[in-house]
Amino acid sequence: MSSRVDQLHEDPLLRAIFGKLHIESIPWHDPIIMGAGAGMVIAAVAVLGLTTYFKQWKYVWSNWLTSVDHKKIGVMYIILALIMLLRGFADALMMRAQQAMASAGGEGFLPPDHFDQIFTAHGVIMIFFVAMPFVVGLMNVVMPLQIGARDVAFPYLNSLSFWLTASGAILINVSLVIGEFAHTGWLAYAPLSGIEFSPGVGVDYYLWALQIAGLGTLLSGVNLITTIFKMRAPGMTLMRMPIFTWTTLAANMLIVAAFPILTVCLAMLSLDRYLGMHFFTNEAGGNAMLYVNLIWAWGHPEVYILVLPAFGVFSEIVATYSRKRLFGYDGMVYATMCIALLSFVVWLHHFFTMGAGANVNAFFGITTMIISIPTGVKVFNWLFTMYRGRIKLDLPMMWTLGFIITFVIGGATGVLMAVPGADFVLHNSVFLIAHFHNVIIGGVLFGCFAALNYWFPKAFGFKLHTGLGKVSFWCWLIGFYVAFMPLYALGLMGMTRRLSHMNDPVWQVYLIVAAGGALLILAGIVANIAQIVWSVVKRDELRDETGDPWDGRTLEWATSSPPPFYNFAVTPAIGNHDSFWDAKQLGQAYVQPETYAPIHMPRNTATGLLIGLVSVPFGFALVWHIWWLALLGFVAMIVIAAVHTFNEDRDYYVQPDEIKAIEDARFALLKTQKEA
Amino acid sequence: MHVPNEPTLHKAKDPHTELADHHAVDQLNHDHRHGAHDYGASHGSVKSYLIGFALSVILTAIPFALTMLKILPAASLIPVILILGVIQIVVHLHYFLHMDTSSSQVWNNAAFVFTVIIVGILIVGTIWVMFHLNHNMMPGMMPMG
Repeated sequence: MSSRVDQLHEDPLLRAIFGKLHIESIPWHDPIIMGAGAGMVIAAVAVLGLTTYFKQWKYVWSNWLTSVDHKKIGVMYIILALIMLLRGFADALMMRAQQAMASAGGEGFLPPDHFDQIFTAHGVIMIFFVAMPFVVGLMNVVMPLQIGARDVAFPYLNSLSFWLTASGAILINVSLVIGEFAHTGWLAYAPLSGIEFSPGVGVDYYLWALQIAGLGTLLSGVNLITTIFKMRAPGMTLMRMPIFTWTTLAANMLIVAAFPILTVCLAMLSLDRYLGMHFFTNEAGGNAMLYVNLIWAWGHPEVYILVLPAFGVFSEIVATYSRKRLFGYDGMVYATMCIALLSFVVWLHHFFTMGAGANVNAFFGITTMIISIPTGVKVFNWLFTMYRGRIKLDLPMMWTLGFIITFVIGGATGVLMAVPGADFVLHNSVFLIAHFHNVIIGGVLFGCFAALNYWFPKAFGFKLHTGLGKVSFWCWLIGFYVAFMPLYALGLMGMTRRLSHMNDPVWQVYLIVAAGGALLILAGIVANIAQIVWSVVKRDELRDETGDPWDGRTLEWATSSPPPFYNFAVTPAIGNHDSFWDAKQLGQAYVQPETYAPIHMPRNTATGLLIGLVSVPFGFALVWHIWWLALLGFVAMIVIAAVHTFNEDRDYYVQPDEIKAIEDARFALLKTQKEA
Repeated sequence: MHVPNEPTLHKAKDPHTELADHHAVDQLNHDHRHGAHDYGASHGSVKSYLIGFALSVILTAIPFALTMLKILPAASLIPVILILGVIQIVVHLHYFLHMDTSSSQVWNNAAFVFTVIIVGILIVGTIWVMFHLNHNMMPGMMPMG
């Protein structure tokens, strides 16, 4: 709908005030967009209204919005991810419906222009605003507890990281109603994303949303690496860290190494679009192939940023529910670090067909096959951990088993496409779509749900309902296979990705089956929401007073659920990995110390929230060329950050009597538990 | 509980054990008055920052001058700019990021080696890939030589 973005203001004054923004920038005539936009506004007003009605603003402000507590920030990341999952999945449903309806020459209900925005938004949202915040949220909640720390290394920076990520998500949602989103596919390949072929604001929304959120991710990476290196409990050497902490470390090293590539690549595209430069254009010395090269130099490590923490989740769960020490701890650590390094030497397998030639393709094909070896090591380690274990099939373990089977299939199709010759047939086909959904849903998303069920009682003090969780699991697992196995077949039959209309009636039945699979997944998501809501309602029945509902092995289970804001009243000393398990075996767990020392804690601050909030109009102004607002926003962010540096009152000591009161209550509760 | 911050107290050999009991105290406030001198290297002096700044300006001015005044032919100009750029990276690392080879810097140096490896892979890999792509796909646009 480029017509609606081309309407510029004639009046220079109006143009100076509003930039490219016009009353016609809002697609008033499109019922789908208007309906979705109205839904979002109503939901937002409802949340704000209920908060006001129940007079909860003070609680929300001081306990959540301005909190620098890593557990609260982690939970907010995960809430953001779940909300955006609904948006991203709505896009998926529309795509599946459109292709099922429009595959035998039918019209469908989406014009190509809208379809293009939907598949772009689906990819961007699912990777950047579902998978990333979910994984970062898990790392935030769990990792500091696992290493016996009281918070992350830079608590205020953590809050800032979250709010920058949230701002990026807000900007993406604004694009739905005001203007348009990119039509380019989720990586916005040049030259299509250049100003010549994408003159509208869609790509600009893409650029600024990702730059703002990406900055948050990068800062969070620095924060979590520092936390792991500097704040482990005494005695916890690197080789005694829980595997999830190891994979968190690897993922954040990848974030710090890879995200600057994305930043630079998007910045160069911005220079092309805003200042008429020619990095990636077709003329004046530009080279669009360099864009593809750079974006995948970030994009492939990104895959491992997402899946390595999920591997860590499964490692913790397999050991806990097999009631055995993890098989091959050292091998797991080395495999993780191998994957982290190798993830930087495979990126060309995303564009074998661009024409680099046999030698280059052979090199990257072989490195891609090599990376499956450490991944295979991990799979065998999980299997050997289960071997002769006393396996308890709780929800997290079910997700783990579903993952192992599904991920191995996805990995096998990946190795298949690592053969450059085969890739020439399958490149850009829906076989590829099936492959990467197979590893991202089967790997990352199953890992997130396993982790949600596993660590929810730690974060909130009550378990998630098992029955509804099982409904959700089976709907997701079966729904996944029904939705994506037909795509493997269609890919082999020659169907390419991103088609809004087709006229081969043979394909239609496969696409209808795939749409049915998407509906099953929808049922899984509904069951998921129902599980959370029902568990909150029935929280007294599901309560866990011990802090250790699964008979866990690592340090996070040693403290109460939810943990006190200082996490551990006395910093625990570590003698081995699985040290909490060892302590329980030796009867040394749950011993209350006689005295407590003051605990040094950071104070809450609204600075991160404010900078995040200002970055929304800042990004919006850049998208619409409203220069005065962009400048104002930029200066405001700098000033807020600068003012914060003069705030000397950012820490305090929790006094021993307060700690003693909290801990006495906990140990009294534990005592009644033991007697009962 | 508060430990006075004398750097000598923290010179433990093993970076894992030096954090024992007061790690939360100092680390939570890394950017605050408690932790200002605890970890890593010195924070430099006005003099060292000025030296670093002056060197950076000189190392930036030379390639600008060479380019603007067209003193060197393109074939030798590009390597000269690259070499001066790499020298400036070293200047920044030394004067602004205070990297050296002391034992308290083990993690800084390990992180730096990791970064150099990754950046090396990316630069060499990108040049290799782009050369082949240009050679195969854009034969008419290959630069001479």
